[in-house]
Amino acid sequence: MMDNFVQASNLKKYFGKTHAVDGVNLLIPPGEIYGLVGADGAGKTTTMRLLVGALLPDMGEISICGYNVRKQTEQARSTIGYLSQRFSMYEDLTVLENIRFFAEVRGLSPTEWLPRSMEILEFVGLGKFKDRRAGQLSGGMKQKLGLASALVTRPRLLLLDEPTTGVDPVTRQDFWQLVIKLVGVREGDGVSVIISTPYMDEASRCHRVGFMKNGKIIAEDTPSALRSLLNGRVLELRGSPLNLLRHVAHEDVDVEDVQAFGDRLHIRVRDDQAQRVIRRLQTEIASAGGHVDELRVVPPALEDVFIALSEDKAQPVISL
Amino acid sequence: MRSRLFSIIRKEFIQILRDPRTLVLIILMPIMQLFLLGYAATTDVKNISMGVWDQSQSTQSRSLLDAFRVANYFSIDYAISSADEYTALIESGKIRAVLVIPPDYDVRLLEGKAQVSLILDGSDATVGGTALSVAKLIGQSYATKVLTEQAALTGRPSSFTPPLDVRTQVWYNPDLIAAYFNVPGVIGMILYFITALLTASAIVRERERGTIEQLIVTPIRSWELVVGKILPYAILAFIDTLEILVIGHWWFKVPVRGDLGLVFALSGLFVISSLGIGLFASTIANTQQEAFITVMVTMLPTIFLSGFFFPIAAMPKFLQYVSAIIPLRYYLVIIRSLLLKGVGAAALQNEIIALTIFAVVIMGAAALRFKKRLD
Repeated sequence: MMDNFVQASNLKKYFGKTHAVDGVNLLIPPGEIYGLVGADGAGKTTTMRLLVGALLPDMGEISICGYNVRKQTEQARSTIGYLSQRFSMYEDLTVLENIRFFAEVRGLSPTEWLPRSMEILEFVGLGKFKDRRAGQLSGGMKQKLGLASALVTRPRLLLLDEPTTGVDPVTRQDFWQLVIKLVGVREGDGVSVIISTPYMDEASRCHRVGFMKNGKIIAEDTPSALRSLLNGRVLELRGSPLNLLRHVAHEDVDVEDVQAFGDRLHIRVRDDQAQRVIRRLQTEIASAGGHVDELRVVPPALEDVFIALSEDKAQPVISL
Repeated sequence: MRSRLFSIIRKEFIQILRDPRTLVLIILMPIMQLFLLGYAATTDVKNISMGVWDQSQSTQSRSLLDAFRVANYFSIDYAISSADEYTALIESGKIRAVLVIPPDYDVRLLEGKAQVSLILDGSDATVGGTALSVAKLIGQSYATKVLTEQAALTGRPSSFTPPLDVRTQVWYNPDLIAAYFNVPGVIGMILYFITALLTASAIVRERERGTIEQLIVTPIRSWELVVGKILPYAILAFIDTLEILVIGHWWFKVPVRGDLGLVFALSGLFVISSLGIGLFASTIANTQQEAFITVMVTMLPTIFLSGFFFPIAAMPKFLQYVSAIIPLRYYLVIIRSLLLKGVGAAALQNEIIALTIFAVVIMGAAALRFKKRLD
């Protein structure tokens, strides 16, 4: 059995009084795509930076591919490819010069770097742009360059910090295809990926998702298991007028939350109250002069779970 | 690893060559400063350190020395007994003027034909020029005083020729050309500016643009990053030194009397201390603008307290102490002495020791503060 690529226990990092990371545990087996989701400021980026050793934790130990990040920093880093949230290539160097620089300082010999760089640039689709200055690339191409540079030394663990934020849907799709291809290349002993993202459609592509809030991972499971936390508690309501439907739904004692999704409302209800709420809402809306097209229990989306988990309430909305 | 270091240096050079503003700054700034300061203003002086070779040892000679003391322009620091001795003192910069009083001074003064000679270190044209006229004035007024005293004693008017003639002779820079003094100074200023300011902003730029985050996860060691980032600027600083020397020598006719190897070796020592200041500034600043301001804060005392414009001896005691921690002060003595006086390393040992101490301390402090991490 292969050891976990990432083993982090009780990680803590404080900035003054802010507990940016407050007791995070992570176990990532080989070949897994792990999604780190959470609101801005939840501690995702700080967690990533702790894993690569860019920040030292105030408490806790991290081991990456068997190397202790605190003591064997350089060996640990040699197994990591890291794409930071902020574009961190040199804008005044060309695509190839950037790749060359990072390949060389990470130990690729003068004979190795060129074929390897070209291979990786073709892989991410930047082969044609190798002589273009990095500063003149589009947002999506910049991210692909960052990915290429992270991949050039064949890392076993890839840390991607919000790689698709601000990137158009088509390029996001491309980017994900690359990540999936990468993990699939060497199944078993292959590459593991930790990716942080604010997008739920991306989170649902991960093998496992960890949900961060206030520096803690408060829920961690496969996307479908996370979705099942709200099984039977999400109603979809279509009808008119939308404002009235929304107002009526909010008034109901067993309704916890109402979210508008275009022409529909997603209504989260207390456990085991779905059928009662449906009956009540239908009569209430009718007596208020509204009209219901459809009102039914739907399978929860990851987004519903995300919003439920994000709420700051004394009583947890979901019992874990 | 040598190859890692080489990669960083090559990357840095590509970036420098692609940044036209920095490049223009590096190439044109020395020329601008050179022409600006090659024709600089004069300054007032006092307390010029002087040695006296009083071969007469008479009441009359002591009375002449009193006249020099009272005038406050000279401070008589050394009693000298040979020509070799004062040559050595001038070469090492301990004194800037020598007053030689001949053995028969007292006798000749009574005869009304006395001569003393004043030798001035003219490598600092402003100081030398002022000292020259002051010395002549002191001599003349003293001569007049002697005349009146003699007239009062004898009751008859003495001859019309003044009894004392101060013969002056200026060494190293006989015509007291300001450029001779300022050109070596510009070398010091430029070396300081290029190395401190550009290295500070080059290092801070990695943090400002976020590229440091990618560097951190590479196996590059802190020292490799530091050396790789500063070495290109050290090389540029040397090119600038050469540029100033060439223009200074061919355009301003500044002599290069000392050993060129020594000029470059000791410039290297000075560059290390300026690099240390730049590196230290980079550990304080988070943006290039902050780095610029931090270096500028050191820039003003460096310009005004190093002896670049104003002689240190004329400053209040407190500022003289402050100037002791300004590396340019020592380098200016070194470069001026090397170019104008052609002295060897032995005459400059105090300055060399001071610079070495400074370089070690500032580099050590900067290295301790410099971390290859984000927090």
